[in-house]
Amino acid sequence: MTVTEDRPAAAGPAGEIGRDRRRKEDQRLITGRTRWTDNITLPGMLHMAMVRSPFAHAKIVSIDKSEAEAAPNVVGVFTGADLGESQGVLINAWPITPEQVAPVHLPMPADRVSFAGEIVAVVVARTAAEARDAAELVDVDYEELPAALDLKENAEDKVLAHPDLGTNKSALWVFDSAEAGTGGDVEEAITKARADGVVVEREFRQQRLIPAFMEPRSVVVDPTGEQNTMWSATQVPHILRFALAATTGVPESKIRVIAPDVGGGFGGKLQVTPEEWLTWCLARRIGKPVKYTETRSESLMAAHHGRDQWQKLTLAAEKDGTVTGLKVELLADLGSHVAVVGGGVPVLGAFMFNAIYKFPAYHFACQTVLSNKAWTDAYRGAGRPEATFGIERMMTELADVLGVDPLEVREKNWIKHDEFPFTTVAGLEYDSGNYEAATEKAKASFGYDELRAEQQRRRDAGDPVQLGIGVSTFTEMCGLAPSRVLGSLDYGAGGWEHASVRMLATGTVEIVTGASAHGQGHETAFSQIVADRLGVPFENVEVLHGDTQIAHKGLDTYGSRSLVVGGEALVKAADKVIEKAKPVAAHMLEASVDDIEFSAGTFTVRGTDQGVGIGDIAGAVFAAHDLPDGMEPSLDSEATYDPINFNYPHGTHLCAVEVDTETGQVQMRKYTCVDDIGNVINPLIVAGQVHGGLVQGIAQALFEEAVHDESGTLVSASFVDYLVPTAADLISFDVEHNTTPSLTNTLGTKGVGEAGTIASTPAVVNAVVDALRPFGVDDVVMPCTPERVWKAVHAKDGAAADGADPTTGAAAAHFDTQDTADRSAGQEGAGE
Amino acid sequence: MIPAQFDYAAPTSVEEALALLAEHGDEAKVIAGGQSLLPVLRMRLNAPGIVVDLGRIEGLSGVRDDGDVLTVGAMTTHAEMLGNPLVAEHAALVTKAVHHLADAQIRHRGTFGGALAHADPAGDMGAPALALDAEFVIAGQSGVRTVPASDFFVDLFETAIGEDELLVGVRLPKHTGWGAHYEKFVRVAHQWPIVAVAATVKAEGGTITEARVGLTNMGSTPLRATAVEQALTGQPATEETVRAAAASAADGTAPPSDLNGDSDYRRHLATVLTRRAVLAAAGG
Ligand SMILES: Cc1cc2nc3c(=O)[nH]c(=O)nc-3n(C[C@H](O)[C@H](O)[C@H](O)COP(=O)(O)OP(=O)(O)OC[C@H]3O[C@@H](n4cnc5c(N)ncnc54)[C@H](O)[C@@H]3O)c2cc1C
Repeated sequence: MTVTEDRPAAAGPAGEIGRDRRRKEDQRLITGRTRWTDNITLPGMLHMAMVRSPFAHAKIVSIDKSEAEAAPNVVGVFTGADLGESQGVLINAWPITPEQVAPVHLPMPADRVSFAGEIVAVVVARTAAEARDAAELVDVDYEELPAALDLKENAEDKVLAHPDLGTNKSALWVFDSAEAGTGGDVEEAITKARADGVVVEREFRQQRLIPAFMEPRSVVVDPTGEQNTMWSATQVPHILRFALAATTGVPESKIRVIAPDVGGGFGGKLQVTPEEWLTWCLARRIGKPVKYTETRSESLMAAHHGRDQWQKLTLAAEKDGTVTGLKVELLADLGSHVAVVGGGVPVLGAFMFNAIYKFPAYHFACQTVLSNKAWTDAYRGAGRPEATFGIERMMTELADVLGVDPLEVREKNWIKHDEFPFTTVAGLEYDSGNYEAATEKAKASFGYDELRAEQQRRRDAGDPVQLGIGVSTFTEMCGLAPSRVLGSLDYGAGGWEHASVRMLATGTVEIVTGASAHGQGHETAFSQIVADRLGVPFENVEVLHGDTQIAHKGLDTYGSRSLVVGGEALVKAADKVIEKAKPVAAHMLEASVDDIEFSAGTFTVRGTDQGVGIGDIAGAVFAAHDLPDGMEPSLDSEATYDPINFNYPHGTHLCAVEVDTETGQVQMRKYTCVDDIGNVINPLIVAGQVHGGLVQGIAQALFEEAVHDESGTLVSASFVDYLVPTAADLISFDVEHNTTPSLTNTLGTKGVGEAGTIASTPAVVNAVVDALRPFGVDDVVMPCTPERVWKAVHAKDGAAADGADPTTGAAAAHFDTQDTADRSAGQEGAGE
Repeated sequence: MIPAQFDYAAPTSVEEALALLAEHGDEAKVIAGGQSLLPVLRMRLNAPGIVVDLGRIEGLSGVRDDGDVLTVGAMTTHAEMLGNPLVAEHAALVTKAVHHLADAQIRHRGTFGGALAHADPAGDMGAPALALDAEFVIAGQSGVRTVPASDFFVDLFETAIGEDELLVGVRLPKHTGWGAHYEKFVRVAHQWPIVAVAATVKAEGGTITEARVGLTNMGSTPLRATAVEQALTGQPATEETVRAAAASAADGTAPPSDLNGDSDYRRHLATVLTRRAVLAAAGG
């Protein structure tokens, strides 16, 4: 499909790179005329429905399947006991320490459930409706067990999530700059600061979030044919195939995995899931294609959750604001099991708490803890938003303690632009950046000084609507990841990416990437890169991905890696095509290979006007009638690229909010960000990533929270109660860039997929707290709901200072109350 | 999400619909716009044996001028209410409230009668109807009866409509020339109100001569803030007097605690929102 370009050519750059191309994939994605997994229908296909535990922790005493089995068109009802080992196990690909404690993760347990939403039985029927109806008839007898629901208490083993393990503590991961030789001793720095400097100590809560991708997860398995095929709404078709082979005993060569068009993921679809394993197992057992598509409620309840940490931070500084050390103690809730990279998520944050700053001493310790809630794993930013939030809240608190502007303490401590490359106290080498320039630019377009003046006026006047200004800078490690770094962290795979370029006989081009998109716009951006590299029209490039028969090799999309790793692999493959074409061009032009030059799609003989286009060469190679002696008749090329380093986008984000102190309502007033994401391939796609990322980060600050009741049931289990903001709730953001090209890849690009999410959360919370400083407030727990903000303002009347009263614990979901009398009890509704 | 199986009937007259309800008793459920019923069915919070669709019955929708009252057909959609000039002129409070109800898609299908019959205490139509002293026209096998708003809302999701009855219309006494405002407090735009206040006032020469104030989500039914109404009557419409009157907005209420706030916070909100609603109503 071709989309016409409406921007005048004269205004754009000469080549494809840097052009505001509209996304060529959007028409089919938006109209739905495409292959979403749930759209796939195979002959004789059966449907699955799940019976899920309503209890967070319970023994399965017995399961009576008889009524369900007798229901119309039911093919079979299966329990964990029925499937036993044939269902395989789910993997944790990143044991963060050799001693890590992890429960065995069966897709469907036989004897005990460990979170509300865990699958206890599966019904297979001829239609989805019949499967759903029969699932209601499965009678499960549970014996409820005490549930481990509070992260801090769980870390003390008060209630055990898995009694047989004897502890909830999974792994303790520690980094210490003195031990690593990358910096000094934090305890010394703190002791010294207590004597003659300042020490800021704070504890922050990273609430539990739900990735809430638009397309619910869906999986279809066709067990007929030589290769069994799985279609799945997944971010990680390659990892999925590998894991299936590794845990089910089916040879990898017998498995084909297809991620067709996938409707969002945000990390939530990088899991390998019980639903996939059970569909695989039952389709093969029954011998017919089987489909499972989850409901939205199931998605919110049982797809992995994100964040969920307690952060205890100690910052030591001299009286002039120079930071001398940072100590980070984290508790991270893993949920019921250690997910595919579950334990690793907080570890990704370990390298980022020092952020853009030159801290001389750093200590990081993270205890991962099991609980009886849904398992947690990567969610947009994975570890880095948590770290950025922690340090950027702390820098603002330090400024407050010292009575200086929050930008001033940041500037005092950040790496200056002429100090790159810079090796940080966490041991990473930052290649490029210019924090001064980004900040200056952000201040100017934000109107920082004017807003500060307005803030003062409102404070002086005792305006019931106060203005708050929040600051956050950020950097992150993108482009996961150099394979040897992953190896040193005991991660289960490498971090390379694979690409190939196929020159078709008619001059059009197919490119194949292992970085499978799920809404990011890879097809457009990758086409632009290859169009420029090979000098072919944008429209003539087709991007293929997501099917292991076509893209046989790859490590998929997450961690802002697709462009910086996958794009680089494409560049290398395209360059090989050019090298292969040169001897053909020389042969056709009757010149020496050494005299052949390539530019804008044409090979020329140096110093002459003789030339031949790459399309003509492709045709000649296809015909193969007259090629140089001994030449293989193919221009097709492939490349596998392993990054040499991460890349480090950064930015300065400024946020102004108006806080209605009478109601606690927070209203966005202005948001400006200046990000350095290196060279930009497609500004329009970048704008989309930044705007969407900002919304997701702001949502953590103000709106979203996965709330459970005292028995461990998810209360915010529909979009009525899990509040994902829309355009109506936010303002238009002022998104700008300051570019220093990355030195770690050919295109000079840096990751952008997570940038907005990472920086916006602390910018917004800092703004809310800033508005409330006159009321003696120095923290508001996320999300900063009107109720929490209002309680923080009125703390002197007896409420908790940060508004952290656990009123939400006793809460009822909107739909739970639909047909019951007691609105505050949160019990399940029956009939009207 | 797939609802449990149910039979479906689409009668073409009120009589036929009533006969179906009588025949099936508590197995039957009426569907109007489906914007509240369908989520309930799809989440399997209810599984009726038969769903009786009112959509094919003629004459159940539209707004009629009946002298002192407007008669609104139960099947009139929120979108029609929003655009109706009679409603805007004589019952502006409803226009103001429906403007904030859900989103355009839902307003296009959801109905005035369905919203009131559903009686969600967080629903936006209850408080305006109560404040305007609406009368509910309810049809049963034995004929038609009229129930005043004060008797209509019984409890959470419970009204005076019997199992074998239908709401066919709502009479809104004209409040021509009254100022009106609906102050809805939400965290995100597409939400049911955490608390909302419906206020309509008659003012002459800067003095409030009559005031009606309805509260949304401050108890198991919509409520009238009668103490506020009395305190406002005969008072100048100033910030000071309205603030004083609004202070008693939460008197006698029993608001719920949920994810959006506990009952104390809601009580506080009611006073702030009442002040804002009354001032806005008096100002416009
Ligand atoms: C996403 C979403 C957001 C929403 N947000 C809001 C909001 O902000 N504020 C708000 O007020 N509402 C909101 N609603 C609900 C909306 O207003 C519904 O349209 C309304 O509550 C029900 O009207 P309906 O015509 O769709 O009724 P239905 O869903 O068809 O029926 C609702 C109930 O009333 C009964 N019923 C319907 N008509 C009659 C009748 N004539 N006689 C007897 N019984 C009858 C039905 O049996 C059923 O029990 C929202 C709905 C959705 C889906």
